[in-house]
Amino acid sequence: MKAKFLIPLLLFMVLVGFLAVGLNRDPQEIPSPLVGKQAPAFELPQLADPKKNFSPESMKGQPWILNVWASWCVACREEHPVLVELGKLQVAPIIGLDYKDKREDAMTMLALQGNPYLLSAFDANGRVGIDYGVYGVPETYVIDKAGVIRFKHIGPITMAVLNQKILPLLGELK
Amino acid sequence: MPKRIFSPLILALVTMALLNPTFAKDAVPLADDPVTEQRLIVISEEMRCLVCQNESLAGSRSDLANDLRREIRILIKEGKTDDQIRSFMVERYGDFVLYRPPVKPITWLLWIGPFVILLGGIIGLIVYLRRRNQGMPSTTLSAEDNRRIDALLKDAKSSSTENLHD
Repeated sequence: MKAKFLIPLLLFMVLVGFLAVGLNRDPQEIPSPLVGKQAPAFELPQLADPKKNFSPESMKGQPWILNVWASWCVACREEHPVLVELGKLQVAPIIGLDYKDKREDAMTMLALQGNPYLLSAFDANGRVGIDYGVYGVPETYVIDKAGVIRFKHIGPITMAVLNQKILPLLGELK
Repeated sequence: MPKRIFSPLILALVTMALLNPTFAKDAVPLADDPVTEQRLIVISEEMRCLVCQNESLAGSRSDLANDLRREIRILIKEGKTDDQIRSFMVERYGDFVLYRPPVKPITWLLWIGPFVILLGGIIGLIVYLRRRNQGMPSTTLSAEDNRRIDALLKDAKSSSTENLHD
């Protein structure tokens, strides 16, 4: 075996390969067990009008987007313009889930930055957030006609995520 | 007198010190009975906090950990078993919340991998040692070798005695 001296090099290459993949992953991004499952049911008062309730049941028959946000969340402000853009495209209704927020603060934020949501459900104590496995706001779910979660994005949506993942998926679900 | 000047200051400080405890943050509400709390600790120490991943759910002070402990307390009070509570968490956050992931096809590599590598190492070592032993020259001495050794030893002895005389 003439090439024996190459063995350490090969082992090193394997190690580099593993590290290249492992270190480029975001440890904050945990694959959700909810993708492919029915979106958990809930009934919450709406943000703008506490007397009216919202339930995901009412969205059946069309693909829609559930976006978990809060006025205290800095990353949500970052993603807000992208959501406003998405709202303008009118491809699918966006429902907000205002997570552990104060009503006035949330309303002020929407008034200042625009309101891309068809409506927002008001999750005062974060209980619905737990059912959706929310651990870092913002989080975004794409839900199909049958009410099955097809995609989940953790962290702010960027234009790239919107164009490469969300819009093609919505086109498919139409 | 300087004492006069300082006394209002001291009075103010003492008053502040006395008032201070009223500003302390309320303790996080615990379950009424210590049994629930004990079970909560046992369960949540085996779970990862999703927000600060190096902390257990029992030890984390993040908001989400607080909420999740609250949920677990409710589940305990509802009479759920530990397994039911664990699957409540796994259904929402995946196996990642468990510090001890379950053994199933997708985690086989995780559980068995280290032993496979260990076994590979042991086999490699055995093969290497066997090969090395085979490559070594035989150490049996011929009669000719023995004669030469004797001659050399004799030489050495005589030279060493000569050296002593010097």
